[in-house]
Amino acid sequence: MNEKIRVLIAKPGLDGHDRGAKVVARALRDDGMEVIYTGLRQTPEMIAEAALQEDVDVVGLSILSGAHNALVPQVIADLRANGQTNVLVFLGGIIPEDDIQKLLDQGVYKVYGPGTDTGEVCKDIREALKEKAQA
Amino acid sequence: MTSALVDSLRKGNRLALSRILSQVENGSPEGLAALEELFLVTGSAQKIGITGPPGSGKSTLVNALARELRLREPDKKVAIIAVDPSSPFTGGAILGDRVRMLDLQDDKQIFIRSMASRGALGGLAEQTQALSQVFDAAGYSFILIETVGAGQSEVDVVDLAHTTIVVDTPGMGDDIQSIKAGILEIADILVINKSDRPGADQSASHLRNMVEMGYAKRSHAGKHSLQDFSEKAAEELSSEDWIPPVLKTVASDYEGISELVDSILAHAACLHQSGKWRVKDQAAIRATIRHQLIAGLLKDFKKNVPTEQVEALVAAAQDRSISPNEAVRRLLAYNRSNILESSE
Repeated sequence: MNEKIRVLIAKPGLDGHDRGAKVVARALRDDGMEVIYTGLRQTPEMIAEAALQEDVDVVGLSILSGAHNALVPQVIADLRANGQTNVLVFLGGIIPEDDIQKLLDQGVYKVYGPGTDTGEVCKDIREALKEKAQA
Repeated sequence: MTSALVDSLRKGNRLALSRILSQVENGSPEGLAALEELFLVTGSAQKIGITGPPGSGKSTLVNALARELRLREPDKKVAIIAVDPSSPFTGGAILGDRVRMLDLQDDKQIFIRSMASRGALGGLAEQTQALSQVFDAAGYSFILIETVGAGQSEVDVVDLAHTTIVVDTPGMGDDIQSIKAGILEIADILVINKSDRPGADQSASHLRNMVEMGYAKRSHAGKHSLQDFSEKAAEELSSEDWIPPVLKTVASDYEGISELVDSILAHAACLHQSGKWRVKDQAAIRATIRHQLIAGLLKDFKKNVPTEQVEALVAAAQDRSISPNEAVRRLLAYNRSNILESSE
C-alpha cells in the first residue's frame, strides 16, 4: 500500500494573487503530500469538479478578495452535492476576525491568516485526517 | 463478487470511478480486486501517449487535443492521465497540469486525473497502466496519457500507448540530436509545438530527415531523394506501413490541432487494418505481467531474506572482502533455499 495525502489547492473568485497559494502548495509538497494546483479564477463548481476527479482528501482555498462569505459556502455545498461529504476544507487569505466563526460553522476546518507557519498547516491536516480515519 | 463501487463505476458514476482510481493507484486490496474484475472488459479504448521535454507544451496540447476529439466524436468520452514527478526527497508532488486544461472543466464527458510518479523513472508512474485500464473499463474511448517532462530515454509510455506523440519545440537541438536513439524513435506522430517561434521549419525538417532515414533504410535504401520521399513512400510502402508525420502546432491557439487529430484517428485505423492494434495490445499485457512479476519477485525476496542478511553482505562488499556480484549470488542462493524450505 502506498497511500498519499492528496490536496487540491484552489483560488476561487477573481483576485489574481496566488503567491500565498503557491507557498502553501510547496510546503505541503515538502511535507510529502501530493498537491494538485488548479490555477487562478476558479468557480466553486470548477473546484468541486476538480476535487471529484482527483479524489482529494483536502481542499485548500485561498481568497484575498473579500468574497469568502459568498464563495466558501458555495464550494462546500458543491462538494457535498457531488457526494464528497468527507473532504476537509481549509481556508487561507485575508479573512476578517468577525467572519471566521461563521465560516467554521459552515464546515471550514480551519482559517489561516497572513504569517501562519506553514508547518502548522501540515500538522493540522495530518491530525485532522487521522481523526477522520479513526472516526 | 462485484463490489458496490465497481457496480457504480460501470453505471457511469464518476465519484465511484475516482475512488477506484485512488484504490488502484495506492495498490490497496480493494483496488486490486476492482482491477482484476475491470481488466476483463478492457481493450476498446485508444490510448494516446504524449511525451516530450519539460515546457514543450504537453499539457496545453492535451487540452487542445481533448477539446478537438470531443468536437469530432461527441459520443465518446475522453480521459486524461497527467503524470508529474514526485520529489525524490519527500515523496511529495505538485501536480500542475490541470492549470493548462481549464478549457475542459465544463465538459462532464472529460475526466482529468493527475498522478504523481511516486519514484518511477520511465516517465510514468507504476500504476499508470492500471489507471488507464480503469478508464477503459469505465467506457472512455480516448485515453490521453501525458508523461512527466521526458529527456532522452523515458520511453515507458510506448509499452502502453497505441499511439505515441512526441512533442518538441523549435530549436531543441541540431540534426545530430534527431538521429540519436531514444525518445524520438518511439514516436508515431512528431509534433513541433510553439511553432510560431523562430526555427520551427528547420526543426521540422530535421525531424523529417530522421524519419526518412529510418524508412529509406527499411524499404529501398537511399534510392530516392529526400524531397520526393513522401510521394515515393506512399507508393512503395504498403498501406499498412505507418510513416510518422511531423506536424507543426501552436497548442495555445489551437493551431494545427485538427491535423493532429486527423493523424491520431488515421493511426488507429492503420493499426486496426494492419493487425498491429492486436500486437500492441498483446505486448502491453506482456509488459504488465513482466512488471508485476518483477515487483512480486522483489516482494517475495524481501519476505524470504531478512534485512540483516542483506545488510551483512552489503557490508562485506563495502569492505571489499567480497564483490557485489558475489553478494548477489549468495542472496539469491539464500532466497532459493528459503523457497525450497517453505514448499517442503
